[in-house]
Amino acid sequence: MKPSRLALPCLVLGAALAGPAQAQTEIQWWHSMGGALGEWVNDLAKDYNASQKDYKIVPTFKGSYDESMTAAIAAFRAGNAPHILQVFEVGTATMMASKGAVVPVGKVMADAGQKFDPKIYVPAVAGYYTAPNGQMLSFPFNSSTPVFFYNKDAFKAAGLDPEKAPGTWPEVALAAAKLKASGHKCPFTTSWQSWTQLESFSAWHNVEFATKRNGFGGLDTRLAFNTPLHVRHIENLANMAKQGLFVYKGRGNAADATFVSGECAMATATSALYGSIKRNSKFASGISTLPYYPDVPGAPQNTVIGGASLWVMSGKKPAEYKGVAQFFAHLSKADVAAASHQRTGYLPVTLPSFELTEKSGFYKQNPGTDVSVTQMIRKTTDKSRGIRLGNFVQIRTIIDEEMENVWSGKKSAQEGIEAAVKRGNEQLERFEKANKS
Amino acid sequence: MAVEKRVLFKSWWLPWVLIAPQMAVILVFFFWPAGQALYQSVLQQDAFGTTTEFVGWQNFQRLWDDETYLASFKTTAVFSILVAGCGLSIALLLAVMADRVVRGAAIYKTLLIWPYAVAPAVAGVLWLFMFAPSVGIVSYALRALGFDWNHLLNGTHAMSLIVMAAVWKQISYNFLFFLAGLQSIPKSLIEAAAIDGARPWRRFWTIVFPLLTPTTFFLLVINIVYAFFDTFAIVDAATNGGPGKDTAILVYKVYYDGFKALDMGGSAAQSVVLMAIVVALTVVQFRYVEKKVQY
Repeated sequence: MKPSRLALPCLVLGAALAGPAQAQTEIQWWHSMGGALGEWVNDLAKDYNASQKDYKIVPTFKGSYDESMTAAIAAFRAGNAPHILQVFEVGTATMMASKGAVVPVGKVMADAGQKFDPKIYVPAVAGYYTAPNGQMLSFPFNSSTPVFFYNKDAFKAAGLDPEKAPGTWPEVALAAAKLKASGHKCPFTTSWQSWTQLESFSAWHNVEFATKRNGFGGLDTRLAFNTPLHVRHIENLANMAKQGLFVYKGRGNAADATFVSGECAMATATSALYGSIKRNSKFASGISTLPYYPDVPGAPQNTVIGGASLWVMSGKKPAEYKGVAQFFAHLSKADVAAASHQRTGYLPVTLPSFELTEKSGFYKQNPGTDVSVTQMIRKTTDKSRGIRLGNFVQIRTIIDEEMENVWSGKKSAQEGIEAAVKRGNEQLERFEKANKS
Repeated sequence: MAVEKRVLFKSWWLPWVLIAPQMAVILVFFFWPAGQALYQSVLQQDAFGTTTEFVGWQNFQRLWDDETYLASFKTTAVFSILVAGCGLSIALLLAVMADRVVRGAAIYKTLLIWPYAVAPAVAGVLWLFMFAPSVGIVSYALRALGFDWNHLLNGTHAMSLIVMAAVWKQISYNFLFFLAGLQSIPKSLIEAAAIDGARPWRRFWTIVFPLLTPTTFFLLVINIVYAFFDTFAIVDAATNGGPGKDTAILVYKVYYDGFKALDMGGSAAQSVVLMAIVVALTVVQFRYVEKKVQY
């Protein structure tokens, strides 16, 4: 299997590095950060390990998010889970339901006597990972939010103003038409279609994606994205697809590469794509807020988070938990968190790190990097706080499938959405039943 | 025609000892996992296995209530027939050709056997790259010819893609067996027919092919099993079951529900269903198709 093959060299390397320092307590950290982000994770561990002598963080790349989660579950069942596991946001409800397998971060910090103030964390982010009783369950490590990227060079070539991003969906369609007229083959595309076009779209327009406050209010939540507004948007995109203005590039983050390479001129994608664009793209690009429909009252509200958080697994020694707590405290330091934010395009973890970044003039030097923050650091409503659903992995796949049926013209927008809601609700019902006790 | 060969051992225990290693392998790697699957299929567990509940037939009931699951039977049938049909006929053609080559035969044979060494997931990625709508070399060539290839949204294209990858991967195996089968056909038979005035086409259908039926039958069983069980990595790498559910064959859903969605009970129930189908198919093949085989 892929994960283990990748993991082996890492483990060997980790073991080799760990050789001489016997007195240190080792803390295993399984993550899913590849490429430039993998270097970032390794640097974080290296810096922390150099800063003190008692603990040693050993980061191990375990493949994609779902692969590392599967690997950790297998390891947990076999009794050798890592101390820290990075889990993507759609796995949150599953982790929350697995009470015996994880230790809440709030408890880890308290037990270790580590100074811990939940209030310094960005509310829209930390709120997502906090239990109804106010205890923080996982550490908000790398949170992103969907933003709008556009290729300034392509805009210029099409006679559009490169300094003015299209702010609304009608403007996006107009810009796409102009790009197409100028010979562009892929005017607009999107990554993570469920996340950008339905989940964030709902919060951004302050409408519910699912009932019961998007699942925060209980397991008896049901999908609610079959409103006229959602249908209108999907219909709009389907029409754009028919005219060649929106080009579907596949599930997950498949579309990311098509923007970075310059093939597609506009894209809605994760804010964490920033690092890759900065490093690999050969054109001038801009970042802007997600488009919206100007006639919808309350829009734009705020967007929802993606990315992942760090969960602490159960069954470890108290000394090891102490190290975990200390490491989390280290990651929360304003300078460390600010450096991470500036390097990756992920949201700042804490408010002080945001302020520090602002004061340093980073946002002025790198226009657009503050878009994700301004989209998130707003007063949220019950409809926009975030989306926390059980069996979310399956629900996202169902939405992928049904949206593909819409883009290909097999189903109308209304039919596709109704089918996705119906099939998704079966997943929610099953999750509710399985986790009732 | 059938001559039974029997070897008689003097001691009663020796045959058991000789067969023991094979039995041990079968027990540990086939029967034990199959038993586990049966057991898991009546349970419902949370992802980490901290709570387990006996749910009886519920996991199966859920499958029958799911329209998309029932639809994937049809997808699987289409896929398996295409994979077995194309895989066998192309391999047979290649084997007949390779059998006639005199100079450089070893090189051709080695080249034809090569793909078998490629892991299914790698095969999937390889074909995906060639056919990727924006960067693939084949889709580029197709577009130049005026054919708009897009397996991301066209179900027929997607199905063709995974069939091609699956067939390509299996051809070497089929080829090897066909070639061995061809070489074991006595040349004198074919020469005698040639003297009687039979053309190559007729010689093939009246002499070569009937003598190849044992090989063909064996490969048919193997290819069906391959299409049913071993192809999820190709689907996962190339199409993820999409567009919609157009390439979501049964075994891919087993993999997806078990390893991506972490629904062990549901996944186990599906593998039990799959197991039953393949057992049934194999029985049918041995009962009815084997009658036409000439040993």
